[in-house]
Amino acid sequence: MRTSFFPWLIMGWIGFAILPWYALEDGFWAFEWLIDGYPFDSDYAPALLQIFQDKEWLLPLLFPLLFPLCVFNRVKSDPKYASTLVISGGFGLAYILGQGFSVGISGWEFSTLESLFGPLETRQFGMGYGALLTSGAFLILLTTGLAAAGNLRGDVFVTSAIGIVVALVATFVFLPVGKILVSAFINDEGLYALSTFTNNFFTKKIWGIDCLSTSVSCGVGLNSFFLAILTATSTTLLGLGFALVATRTDFRWKKSLRVLTILPIITPPFVIGLALILLLGRSGTITQFVADLLNIEAGRWLYGLPGIWLAQTLSFTPIAFLVLIGVVEGVSPSMEEASQTLGASRWHTFKQVSLPLMRPGIANAFLIGFIESMADFGNPMVLGGNYDVLSTEIFFAIVGAQNDQSMAAVLAITLLMFTLSAFFAQRIWLGKKSYTTVAGKADSGIHAGMNPLLRRICMCVTIPWALFTIVIYGTVLFGGFVVNWGRNNSFTLQHYAEGFGIGWSEGNLVWEGAAWDSFWTTITISAIAAPLTAALGLLTAYLLVRQKFGGKNIFEFGTMLSFAIPGTVIGVSYILAFNVPPFELTGTAAILVLCFMFRNMPVGVRGGIAAMSQLDKSLDEASLTLGANSFTTLRKVILPLLRPAIVAALVYSFVRAITSVSAVIFLVSADHNMATSYIIGLVENGEYGIAIAYSSVLIFVMLSAILIVQKVIGERKLRRTNRLTSQSDTTKSSTNSAPMEKQA
Amino acid sequence: MSLQLQAGSVTFENVTKNYGAVTAIDDVSFSIEPGHLVTLLGPSGCGKTTTLRMIAGLEHASSGRILIGGKDVTSLPATDRDVSMVFQSYALFPHMTVGENVAYGLSVSGLKTSEATERAEEGLALVGLAGYASRLPSELSGGQQQRVAVARALVLEPEVLLLDEPLSNLDAKLRRKVREEIRDLQQNLGLTAVYVTHDQEEALAVSDRIIVMNRSVIAQEGTPRELYEAPASAFIADFIGDANLVTGEVINITQETAKIRIENVEYDLPSRGMGNGTTQIAVRPDSILLEPASTNQIGIKGNITHSTYLGNQIHYSVDSPLGELFVVDYRIENAIKAGSDISMTFATRGMALIAP
Ligand SMILES: Nc1ncnc2c1ncn2[C@@H]1O[C@H](COP(=O)(O)OP(=O)(O)O)[C@@H](O)[C@H]1O
Ligand SMILES: [Mg+2]
Repeated sequence: MRTSFFPWLIMGWIGFAILPWYALEDGFWAFEWLIDGYPFDSDYAPALLQIFQDKEWLLPLLFPLLFPLCVFNRVKSDPKYASTLVISGGFGLAYILGQGFSVGISGWEFSTLESLFGPLETRQFGMGYGALLTSGAFLILLTTGLAAAGNLRGDVFVTSAIGIVVALVATFVFLPVGKILVSAFINDEGLYALSTFTNNFFTKKIWGIDCLSTSVSCGVGLNSFFLAILTATSTTLLGLGFALVATRTDFRWKKSLRVLTILPIITPPFVIGLALILLLGRSGTITQFVADLLNIEAGRWLYGLPGIWLAQTLSFTPIAFLVLIGVVEGVSPSMEEASQTLGASRWHTFKQVSLPLMRPGIANAFLIGFIESMADFGNPMVLGGNYDVLSTEIFFAIVGAQNDQSMAAVLAITLLMFTLSAFFAQRIWLGKKSYTTVAGKADSGIHAGMNPLLRRICMCVTIPWALFTIVIYGTVLFGGFVVNWGRNNSFTLQHYAEGFGIGWSEGNLVWEGAAWDSFWTTITISAIAAPLTAALGLLTAYLLVRQKFGGKNIFEFGTMLSFAIPGTVIGVSYILAFNVPPFELTGTAAILVLCFMFRNMPVGVRGGIAAMSQLDKSLDEASLTLGANSFTTLRKVILPLLRPAIVAALVYSFVRAITSVSAVIFLVSADHNMATSYIIGLVENGEYGIAIAYSSVLIFVMLSAILIVQKVIGERKLRRTNRLTSQSDTTKSSTNSAPMEKQA
Repeated sequence: MSLQLQAGSVTFENVTKNYGAVTAIDDVSFSIEPGHLVTLLGPSGCGKTTTLRMIAGLEHASSGRILIGGKDVTSLPATDRDVSMVFQSYALFPHMTVGENVAYGLSVSGLKTSEATERAEEGLALVGLAGYASRLPSELSGGQQQRVAVARALVLEPEVLLLDEPLSNLDAKLRRKVREEIRDLQQNLGLTAVYVTHDQEEALAVSDRIIVMNRSVIAQEGTPRELYEAPASAFIADFIGDANLVTGEVINITQETAKIRIENVEYDLPSRGMGNGTTQIAVRPDSILLEPASTNQIGIKGNITHSTYLGNQIHYSVDSPLGELFVVDYRIENAIKAGSDISMTFATRGMALIAP
C-alpha cells in the first residue's frame, strides 16, 4: 500500500540531470569522463545541460519528470494518481524513443521530419547511462500507474515485471527482426522500394531449379529446404528407432543409449563436421583405407550435400531421440494391451494403435529437425563445398567482399519464412491438447513387445549408428593429440601447447596459448549471460504460469518466438539494429550477452514452466493471504522451491552460450572474440589439429559443468526426499524437463 | 494466549463473479456477524470456494460490493486484507519448518524474528503442538499438519478466519475430533469464521448459521435447526438430512397450524404461511413408521422392494401410492422382509410443508 512511485521519479531525475545522457565512446565501464570535462563537455553532459547546448528537443522531457509531483500527496486509489503516472510514464518513454529514432548521427533520420522542421545541424549518439536510466524510470512509472488503475489486481510488482519483459523482448527480438524486414526494402539510395525486395527475393540465387536439369547448382533457398527435409526425415526415423529400442526391447545397453541425449548440448555445432573431415575427407582415415583397399581415387564427396546431411543427421538425431522417447513412453500400455486382448497381432497393434497415437509427437520431431537443419550454420560452414545454403550465404553477404545488407536481409527473411512456418505448423498441430497425450505419463502396464521384423530393423540401423557416433566423438577426443591426422599419426601435445600453453615469466603466470584469450572471453560472457538468461526466463515463466492477464497468449508467443529465429538471422538483425543510435551496441561485450539472453530465453521459460506447474498454486495463495506481496512470495516461497530448476536453467544457458556460433560470428569483435568463431577461423585456415583440440577442451569444460551440477542437484534431491517425501515429485522433474534443443 | 482478536463482520452486497461465460456466483448478498461461525454448504460446483476466495481477496468480484469489518474491500488484494485462510491442501511451505511456517505471516509483515518466533510458539501451543516448531511439515501427520495450518492463520489475529473444506483430507475417525477442536477454538477466541463444506452433517455440527448454496445462488440461510425443521425448498429438505417429498392437500388452515391430508390420513403441521390447495411435504426417513399390513389398517399401504441391514439401523425402499419412499428404521428386532406388504404412518415431528 505504501509503495510510492517517488524513488522511481528520483531515478528518472538522476538519469536526466546527473548522469551523462549519451553513450560514451570509451564504453560502458570506462569512467574517464568523470575527470574529463564532465558535466559541461557535450559528450558527457547530462540531458538537463544538453538542452542548453544544442539539443533543445530534450526539453519536453521535463514535463513527464515534473508532472507526477502533482499527485505526490494523493492516495493510490485516486483516479488522478493513476492517470497522471500513466500519462507521464507513457509520454516520457514514447518521447525518448521517438526522438532517439528520429535524430541520429547524421541529423534527421526521416526526410519528412527534415521537411517539417528544416535541416538539423547537430546530431546525437546512442543512449547512455542517463537515457537508459530515465527510460527505465518512465517504464516503471507507467506500470505503477497502470497497476494503480486496477490492472492485475493493482499488483505493482507483477505489472512492472510484465512491462519490463515486454520492453526487453520488444527491443531485443522484435526491433531487430523488424529492422531486417524494413531493410530488405531499402535500395542503394537509401529509399524504400518494394522492387528492392522483389528483385532480390525472386531470383535464381534463391529459387533457381537448374540443378534438376544441368550441373549448375540450385538456388540457396531450395538447397536449404531440400537439406532440411532430408535431415528431418533421417533424424526422425533414426530417433524413432532409438526410442523404440530404448523403451520396447530388452537390449542390454539401452540405458547407455540415453547418454546420447546429452551429446547435442555439449557439442559445438561444427565439431561433427570437423570430425567427419578427419574420417571421410579426402585424406581422412576411412577414405584412405578404402582407397588403398579398393585401389581407387579418394573422392571429395563429403564436401557438399552428402557431407552436410551426414553431419546434421549425426548432430540432430539425439534431439529427435529425446523428443520421441517421451512420445513412445507416453503411449498408454493399457491401450496396447487392450488391442492385443482383442486379438490384434503385434504388428497390427503397432500400426493401428501405437503409431497413430505417436503421430503428433513424430510430427513434432520432424519439425524440430527441420528447424535445426535450416538454422544450422556450423556444419555447412565446415563442409559446404559448393552446396550453398541460406544460413551461410547470409554470412557471406554481410562479411564477404559484397557487404550487401539488403541481400542479407532478403536471405534472412527467406530463412525466417521457412523456420516460422515450421514453428507455426508445430504450434497449430500440437495445440495444447495433444501435448498431454504426447508428454503425459504412461499408466501402469507393460508396453507391447515389438514385431520381430521391426525389432530387427531397428537394431540393425541404430546400433551401427550409435557405434558410428562413438567413433566420431573418439576422433574428436584423439584428433587433438595427433600431429597431422591421416598423414602423420604420431602422438603430440603440440596442439594443446599452442592453444593452451602456460608459461612462467619473471615469477608470473603467463597465458601463452593462442586460445586463452577467446577462451576466457567465452567463459566470462557466458557466465554473465547465464544468470541473466535464467532470471529472465524464470520471471517470464512465473508470469505465464501464475498470473492471469489479457494478451497472455501473445505474450507467451513473443517470448517463445526467438526459438524459431535462426542464429544467423539474429546475428544479422542485431548488426542492422544495434550499430546505429539510439541503441549503439555493436563491438561491445553487451551485445553478445544480450544476444545469448534472448536466444536462450525460451529454454529458461520452458524449464521454468515445467517446474512451476508442479508447485501447488495454493502455496502462493497461502503466502498472499498471510500478508506477503507477490514479490515476497516469489522470493521466499517459489524460488526456494524451484532451486533445482534454477540451477538447471543456469547450466543450460551457460553451456548454450559456449556452443553458440551462428549469431556470435556476426557479433564478435577484436576485443571480444569467442571460442567458436575462433575455431571456425582455424578450420578455414586448415589448422584442424588445434581446432579439434580446442573443441575437446570446450566439450570437457561443459561436460564437467553439467556433471558437477547434476551431482549437486542429485544429492540435494536425495537429501530432500529423505526429509520431504511429499516434496520429491516437485523437484524431480526439473532437471530433466529443461528442453535441450541444440542450436546452430 | 495473548491473541488480540478484533473479530470482524463480512458482508456481500449483490456480488457476482463470472469466469468468461461461466457465472460462478450470481448476485449473492449475505451478512455474517462478528464472532459467528458460518458455514457455506452446498453440492460440488455450487460456488462455495469462489465465495470464500472472494472474501480472501484471491478472486475479485465482477460486480457488487464486499465489506469486511464494515470497510469496503472490494478492490483490495489478498495481501492487504485482514483475513487468513486455511487451505484444503493446508498449503504448508514444504521448505520451512513448522515454526517458520507459523511465523511466516508475522515476519513478512515486518515483525522482528525473535518476536515472530515467540508468537509462533504461542500459536502452536494454542493448537496443541507446542514443541513441534523445528519439524518439517512432512514429518507430521495429516491432522497435525491441519493444526499447523490453523495456527499459521490464527497468529495473524485476523478479523475473519476462512476454512475451505478443512476436514476433507482427514480420515473419517479424525474428522469429528478435529471439527470439535476447531469449533472450540473459534468459540473461545470469539473468532469470525467462514467454513466451507459439502457435508451437511459437518455443517450442522459446527455452525452458528448455515448458508446453503445451489447453482451459484443462496438457496437458504439460517441456523442449523431452522434449516432442518423448516426447509424453504425441496432442495434444502433433501440436502439437509435427506427427505421424502410427498404430495398432500391442505384442507383447513389457521394462523399457526395447517391441517393436511396425505392419501387418507390427516396431520396437523406448522402452517408456515401456506395457503389452501395441493402442497408438498418433506418427510424425514426416520419419521416413517412401518408395520406389517396385517397389524395396521389405517396407514398408507405399500410394499417393501429393498431392505438393507446396516448394524444399528435398517434402510427400506417402499413402493407406495406416494411414490418410492426411503425409510430408516432403528427397530432392528422388527425387521421386515423385502417383498412384504406394509402399512405406513408418518410422525409429525419429522414433517414440514414446503412452499410450492
Ligand atoms: N478459475 C476458474 N475458471 C473458470 N471457472 C471456474 C474457476 N473457478 C471456479 N469455476 C467455476 O465456478 C463454479 C463454482 O466453483 P467453486 O466455487 O469451486 O465450487 P465449489 O467450491 O462449491 O465446489 C464451478 O462451475 C466452476 O467450474
Ligand atoms: Mg470447493
